[in-house]
Amino acid sequence: MKISISCFLAGILFGGGLTLSQMINPEKVISFLNITGNWDPSLAFVMGAAVTVTFIGYHVVLKRKKPLLVDKFQLPSFKDIDTKLIFGASIFGIGWGIAGLCPGPALASLSFGGINSFIFAGTMTLTIFIFRYLSAKILES
Amino acid sequence: MENFSPVSASLGGAMIGLAAVWLMASVGRIAGISGILGGIFENNNNDKLWRFSFFLGLLISPHLIAMFDPSILSIKFTVQKPLLITAAVLVGIGTQLGSGCTSGHGVCGNALLSNRSIVATLIFMTTAIITVFVIKFTVGV
Repeated sequence: MKISISCFLAGILFGGGLTLSQMINPEKVISFLNITGNWDPSLAFVMGAAVTVTFIGYHVVLKRKKPLLVDKFQLPSFKDIDTKLIFGASIFGIGWGIAGLCPGPALASLSFGGINSFIFAGTMTLTIFIFRYLSAKILES
Repeated sequence: MENFSPVSASLGGAMIGLAAVWLMASVGRIAGISGILGGIFENNNNDKLWRFSFFLGLLISPHLIAMFDPSILSIKFTVQKPLLITAAVLVGIGTQLGSGCTSGHGVCGNALLSNRSIVATLIFMTTAIITVFVIKFTVGV
């Protein structure tokens, strides 16, 4: 129960940040990526502030032996820069550039973004499901 | 640059950062949306409740911010449905293949000074900017 409430609050804060910063608005995101047009640098401030707060916060939190509610911190252990990372990040960037939506805003906008939000979030989620399903199948065989 | 909004962008970014720090402090997890979403499709039922709790918060949160400024929820999509679907598929595949998105790599990974995340962020920012540029001169947004 504590875990659920805790994650719910994290979701509220996260989505609240996405909303306040207007990351949820594809038009705003596109005008940030449109550096040769009427450039709106706002989203650099979103990223800058988010990384700064997280950097300082992680520094304090990760000094502890374990998190407050579970036994251990789950940090990525894989360190190699492989073709999967490079290829995946490239493809993600193209998708982000086309629609102006990344996964967080796509889901956060579901209740007010109308049919377009449903189409995007639904297609993205289905793709992720199929990708995971096929990856697991390939690993099994 | 008439839409430049550095104050709300920085405040929103700081909230996203706080959410990431809180998620790490409480349940020891990286606040990466594509990872939290993808994990729902893994065969581990003990690992799902926290993910759904987070998403519930994410879904509700925009309406809490809208209590102060209802206009913030009037978002605008910049492309038509076929491109939106294409983008969603690319975001789905790209984030799973590259193990992260704007939040997992862009915020949390960069805050951990992870080489993989720094490379991924540079790549997806670059391909996104190029994509917006290309769309501007072909589709004409």
